[in-house]
Amino acid sequence: MNGSRAAALTVAWRLASFRREGLPMFPIVILATLALLAIFADFIAPHDPQVGMLGERFRPPAWQVGGSTAHLLGTDHVGRDVLSRLIFGARISMTVGFTAVIFAGVLGTTLGILAGYLGGWVDQIIMRVTDAWLALPALTFAIFLAAIVGPSASNIVIIMALVYWTRYARVVRGEVLSLKERDYVRLAIVAGCSKRTIMKRHILPNVVNSAVVLATLMLGVVIVTEAALSFLGVGVPPPQPAWGLMLADGKKGLMAGYWWLTVLPGLCIMLMVLSANLLGDWLRVKLDPQLRQL
Amino acid sequence: MKRFIVRRVGYALLSLVVLSATIFVFVRLTGDPSVLLVEPGASKADIDAVRADLGLDRPLLVQYALFVKGLLKADFGRSFYYRTPVLELYLDRLPNSLLLAVVAMAFSLLIGIPSGILAAMRVNSWWDGAGKVFALLGLSMPSFWVGLLMILFFSVYLGWLPSSGSGTPLHILMPAFALGWYFAAAHMRLTRSSMLEVLGSEYIKLARLKGLPEAFVICKHAFKNALIPVLTLAGINLVLMINVAVVVETVFAWPGVGRLFYEGIAFRDFPVVQTSIILSGTMIVVVNLAVDLLYAVIDPRIRYER
Repeated sequence: MNGSRAAALTVAWRLASFRREGLPMFPIVILATLALLAIFADFIAPHDPQVGMLGERFRPPAWQVGGSTAHLLGTDHVGRDVLSRLIFGARISMTVGFTAVIFAGVLGTTLGILAGYLGGWVDQIIMRVTDAWLALPALTFAIFLAAIVGPSASNIVIIMALVYWTRYARVVRGEVLSLKERDYVRLAIVAGCSKRTIMKRHILPNVVNSAVVLATLMLGVVIVTEAALSFLGVGVPPPQPAWGLMLADGKKGLMAGYWWLTVLPGLCIMLMVLSANLLGDWLRVKLDPQLRQL
Repeated sequence: MKRFIVRRVGYALLSLVVLSATIFVFVRLTGDPSVLLVEPGASKADIDAVRADLGLDRPLLVQYALFVKGLLKADFGRSFYYRTPVLELYLDRLPNSLLLAVVAMAFSLLIGIPSGILAAMRVNSWWDGAGKVFALLGLSMPSFWVGLLMILFFSVYLGWLPSSGSGTPLHILMPAFALGWYFAAAHMRLTRSSMLEVLGSEYIKLARLKGLPEAFVICKHAFKNALIPVLTLAGINLVLMINVAVVVETVFAWPGVGRLFYEGIAFRDFPVVQTSIILSGTMIVVVNLAVDLLYAVIDPRIRYER
């Protein structure tokens, strides 16, 4: 058997085994589609998401009476194209979601490692703050912060990072406590590594798995929180096409039965959150069996 | 036991101190808090009065002491919009929130407990699978969207239920369901796992060996014990429901503390916002303390843990 054939066989076997283990196709397809829509929104969206035509207000989707193929999913209360707004909304949700999760993750993981490895008063301070902040309902805390700093897409990211880092800190600290008793860490101490090196080179790589799993699970939570903030008018400011904002606008047509303004943005939020949760569950089982209880 | 209580109460107090310090710091984060704490459109003299009142020219620690002194005297300031003490407003709205939370809890337990038990009795059956899907949907559908969908269906299309406001028993059904929806999934999952644990225990095996009918074993022996953790969680969640209902109360114009909080934001009524979050955090710290102490009374092992 020659080398290339063996390599091909190995690849085929790997693919087959992946299929056996069941790669979660549903969330991957949904998230990939949303990511593509977010990146190429400018080319895909048929209309400008922020400019409406007042003559075209409250048009129903194309398949309903009164709908037209110019606006496949209808228009809103100022005549803006719903489909275009949904597509650009994916961009806002994705950017806010991912950056917030990463910011919170970096902050929480760093503080978690410091608390767990250094112990003592550093640990006491970080963990007391974590405990106290976890007592605040996330949405209430986020609204409070938004009321102080004012609404904008970049402020939302900072607010989310401030609200959600505590979740990472607690999980990571717990892991570090058990990691620092391991032999390889003791060896590193004996070998004369500085605390900084040990935390960076020996502890961090071993908590990255948990942090990534947690980040995936947090993605859904963050997206719902952003939608809720925007819905309440303290998130992404209008006229940007955030899904939460679209739901708030949709209330204007709710009693008249303009269902597409309420159903469609919510459906997008649900699909994205559902995908993030499914992917997170799958990763948790794959990467980190210890986290199954979480 | 005494040592445990003292330490646990100490931690709770420390949490409250950290909470108050957090809020104190964040309010001053943007520089001048008198901008937040003064009414929109107030005169220069009014701003100066607030500055003097807060002692903003004095050192931070003195300011913090004044802030805590105000909290301890239950002096949360006066609402700009309603022109009454914030605490009065809050206590006025609290019964409504409590009512909503109790009905929402009833919904979530009525859905969560039976479906959790059925899922535990037939693990990996289609019912168990349906339960998992339901739990996932419960976590993925934002409660305010569930609320909007219900308005669309029950108020607009069917015309059965009023879309907003309060007053009649019919008004509470939709907000309570929207609020309870998320918690139903959590209660289902806990019922299932708790039930599975009990079903695997020795005394259930004995009950089965005695030849008792399966329905009797489940209802009489397993159910009671499996319910303890679920009811504990329900107790915590009831307090949580009062404090997370902001969006649902806004959607249905339900006059609870969540709606008060939202109005505080919408009207730039900062004393209301600040008070809401302080009371919210305090309530949750207190309920966590109560649950911990209760568990220590029930289970002596906990008292000796670090």
